[in-house]
Amino acid sequence: MKNYEQWNGFSGRLWKEEINVRDFIQKNYTPYDGDASFLEGPTDATNKLWGKLQQLQKEERAKGGVLDMDTDIVTGLTSHKAGYLDKDLEQIVGLQTDKPLKRAFMPYGGIKMAEQACRMYGYEPSPELHKIFTEYHKTHNQGVFDVYTPEMKAVRHAKILTGLPDTYGRGRIVGDYRRVALYGIDRLIEEKQKDFANCGCGTMTDDVIRQREELAEQIKALNGMKTMAEIYGYDISQPAQNAKEAVQWLYFGYLAAIKTQNGAAMSVGRVSTFLDIYIERDLKNGVINESQAQELIDHFVLKCRMVKFARIESYNQLFSGDPVWATLEVGGIGQDGRSMVTKNCFRFLHTLENMGPSPEPNLTVLYSSRLPKPFKDYLAAISIDTSSIQYENDDVMRPVWGDDYSICCCVSATQTGKEMQFFGARANLAKCLLYAMNGGVDAKTLQQVGPAYRPITSEYLDYDEVMEKYDKMMDWLVDVYVNTLNAIQYMHDKYYYEAAEMALIDTDVRRTFATGIAGFSHVVDSLSAIKYAKVKPIRNEHGIIDEFETEGDFPRYGNDDDRADDIAVQLLKTFLEKLKKHHTYRNSEPTTSILTITSNVVYGKATASMPDGRKGGEPLSPGANPSYGAEKNGLIASLNSVAKLPYEWALDGISNTQTINPEALGHNRNERIQNLVNVLDGYFDQGAHHLNVNVFGKEKLIDCMEHPEKEEYANFTIRVSGYAVKFIDLTPEQQRDVISRTCHAEL
Amino acid sequence: MNSGYIHSTETFGLVDGPGVRFVVFFSGCAMRCNFCHNPDTWQLKSGTPTTADELIKKALRCKPYWGGKGGITASGGEPLLQMDFLTEFLQKAHENGIHTTIDTAGQPFAREEPFFSKFCRLMEYTDLVILDIKHIDNAEHKKITGKENTNILDMAKYLSDIKKPVWLRHVLVPQYSDNDKYLIRLRDFIDTLDNVERVEVLPYHNLGVSKYEKLGIDYKLKDISPPDKERISNANKILETSKYPLNAKD
Repeated sequence: MKNYEQWNGFSGRLWKEEINVRDFIQKNYTPYDGDASFLEGPTDATNKLWGKLQQLQKEERAKGGVLDMDTDIVTGLTSHKAGYLDKDLEQIVGLQTDKPLKRAFMPYGGIKMAEQACRMYGYEPSPELHKIFTEYHKTHNQGVFDVYTPEMKAVRHAKILTGLPDTYGRGRIVGDYRRVALYGIDRLIEEKQKDFANCGCGTMTDDVIRQREELAEQIKALNGMKTMAEIYGYDISQPAQNAKEAVQWLYFGYLAAIKTQNGAAMSVGRVSTFLDIYIERDLKNGVINESQAQELIDHFVLKCRMVKFARIESYNQLFSGDPVWATLEVGGIGQDGRSMVTKNCFRFLHTLENMGPSPEPNLTVLYSSRLPKPFKDYLAAISIDTSSIQYENDDVMRPVWGDDYSICCCVSATQTGKEMQFFGARANLAKCLLYAMNGGVDAKTLQQVGPAYRPITSEYLDYDEVMEKYDKMMDWLVDVYVNTLNAIQYMHDKYYYEAAEMALIDTDVRRTFATGIAGFSHVVDSLSAIKYAKVKPIRNEHGIIDEFETEGDFPRYGNDDDRADDIAVQLLKTFLEKLKKHHTYRNSEPTTSILTITSNVVYGKATASMPDGRKGGEPLSPGANPSYGAEKNGLIASLNSVAKLPYEWALDGISNTQTINPEALGHNRNERIQNLVNVLDGYFDQGAHHLNVNVFGKEKLIDCMEHPEKEEYANFTIRVSGYAVKFIDLTPEQQRDVISRTCHAEL
Repeated sequence: MNSGYIHSTETFGLVDGPGVRFVVFFSGCAMRCNFCHNPDTWQLKSGTPTTADELIKKALRCKPYWGGKGGITASGGEPLLQMDFLTEFLQKAHENGIHTTIDTAGQPFAREEPFFSKFCRLMEYTDLVILDIKHIDNAEHKKITGKENTNILDMAKYLSDIKKPVWLRHVLVPQYSDNDKYLIRLRDFIDTLDNVERVEVLPYHNLGVSKYEKLGIDYKLKDISPPDKERISNANKILETSKYPLNAKD
């Protein structure tokens, strides 16, 4: 058994014998059930650094969204010299390029997109790189389009599938960055070399060849990480020996990922309790004090606030506000029943007080009503003050993913270091319903996109007839969806393999195949309208149904009414069952999410009117949220509807975003905190999965939209479906969409 | 089983009683307050006939969110206009271990029979009364609500006598109730009661105007804007709202 002096004071055995960070955490962490009174404010250095970064962010906004860009360096682990915000003040160092907020040139996902991103912000990409990546080296995007079938191109063009990761990195792979700190790079290389030697029995099948090549890439990446750290003056070949090094080593692991990949979501993972072990050891030995401990976390978080990628216009429309999903978890309960809340969970949340609200890192609470009461109170207070955190139900995720999972985007759990996910955007089931009625013709473009099944010809819609046709059309959609994703994931592995992240994940990795649903509530309400009211389809001059007249009232999803909610549950189940019939790339496990992020606006534009009363072109309701104006019985009835969706059937997550007016939340601060805690307990105890909590009034949003220049709005952060964003960074269209959503306030 | 006329329900009421409340808005009210923001609850028969069991079932769906503190609140409209139904509803709530609150303006209150016995029985199933005193002066009260306030003040006294916990509310309407003289009189009255847990000033707002237009009712306060911050804090000061522990700010 290897023993490093850096491990002095740590208990346990298994994690020393093998790479097993979970075992290390369980054997060594100190649960904390006290309150927030131990926390320290920002140090002078923190204030200065944060001031500097805010100044840069301001300049960035003034320059149209991008401060600076590379045009002639292909990014890699060692492509840049060291960069700093302020070298003398930073406890934790390392930037994606040589300057803060400067965006790297990342051509492997697609040279076209990398060049578009440059030109969009007025930069001219290098002609030489153009030549290399068109004539000599293929990119992911080219690979995908080389194999797409005409049908795949058609569904993409018609936007019944949207946001596919064929023009950007798929992301959502969380390397176990903690391994760098706990083991040092040399040990990790050693283990991977062992895997390489044990890979296959000698017969060179496709799988074995691919595995060996990937391992070679991973080992190369690990060596690259060492060199990258050396550029900053650190030797990370050995384990970290104190808290500062642990944070720094871990961050180098993450930095390796964000230097080499531009996935939509580049999450940090479940790091707070892990790092607490190092901090506790140093506090006990008098190496640091609480103020220094907080400073380490503040500076690490500062780095997460600086992650940037060069994005293209169509990407920004889908995911507005420049998000990177540097998702980072706090809280949770262990398999043995102990709370996994440590002081460091408080410290991470406290960064929102020390440096103000911020969308990144995407701070995510693994919630259970069994979390210590003082921690729950602190969470509620942070939500009320900053609207910057999201909650996910540890009690439903733990049975599936254990007690060491990370959230790899907004709501998708993966076991840290043991799993990776093939991200696959989402299918527009609302549009699919319209295809079912129109025999595969798109009401927006009038093109025959789906199969030419017989359209509905009756004067009024009949529920059974619609359901039968919808079922068949969904069969078709799921088929083309899964196959499109299979092509994308294959090419991503081939041309844009995530060597740095995968190097920090077990070789024998479990893979999930993450699909998604858009337009959920509109399908549910439309089907309910057809079932319980009278719906007359209106045909345009081409005989295509593109409007509806609905007579009479009908139950709507979002009112805790089983008549509508049963349709919702059934819809999810149907979609998942259809998915499971298909072959999924690398035998991955198919999962699905009800999550749209801000793409609900783009999806809505491409979707004609629906029987539920939603007009053509209007935004779809985000994620699993009930439709705008559908909720007639207040927040709890709405939450109860969403809570009925079984997490087990949507293991990739069920996103729900709600906004509560502070005035309506209680008479005074203490009441507001207690009421919010009660809401969270009530919602999650029923098995619901996720909640974004915003606490502000509509008036604030409207004022912010009209006066974005006001100082108070510079960091005004709100939760949207699955992430947080500065409100001023949303497009006007998305700002209006957010404003129009129900704000739960009592008159 | 009786059914009552119900205007609507709200599952997430956070200011109408302790904790998170399931609020049931009863339809029907005999007062015609000129500042009322719910004129759509005035007509009794405009509500939907609903049984107590249906309401209890809905309330129990909210119970997981109450954290041992919340409950139901019967509001309106004027819930006391449907005494028998209200009593049945609150009795069933108690049978289910649910905390009950009545949010009332007290207008139907009378010491005469048959009302009084029924009211006494209702109080057995009522944990908290939120009493809205629209105006302390009888003549002024009549002017803004169309009804006298003597029986309402009498109800406040009775509740004090039986030590029923009460939150008192007062809507602050410029030109009508926002007047130091009246506020001081109201303060003096409140001081005679010893069951008050909280006193709240509700600043008048005009968010209900569109409802009047929809219902074709003339809105009498068109020219009155909501009170400014200073007047609100003045009213709070005179009514000494901060001396009640429940009102403690932060």
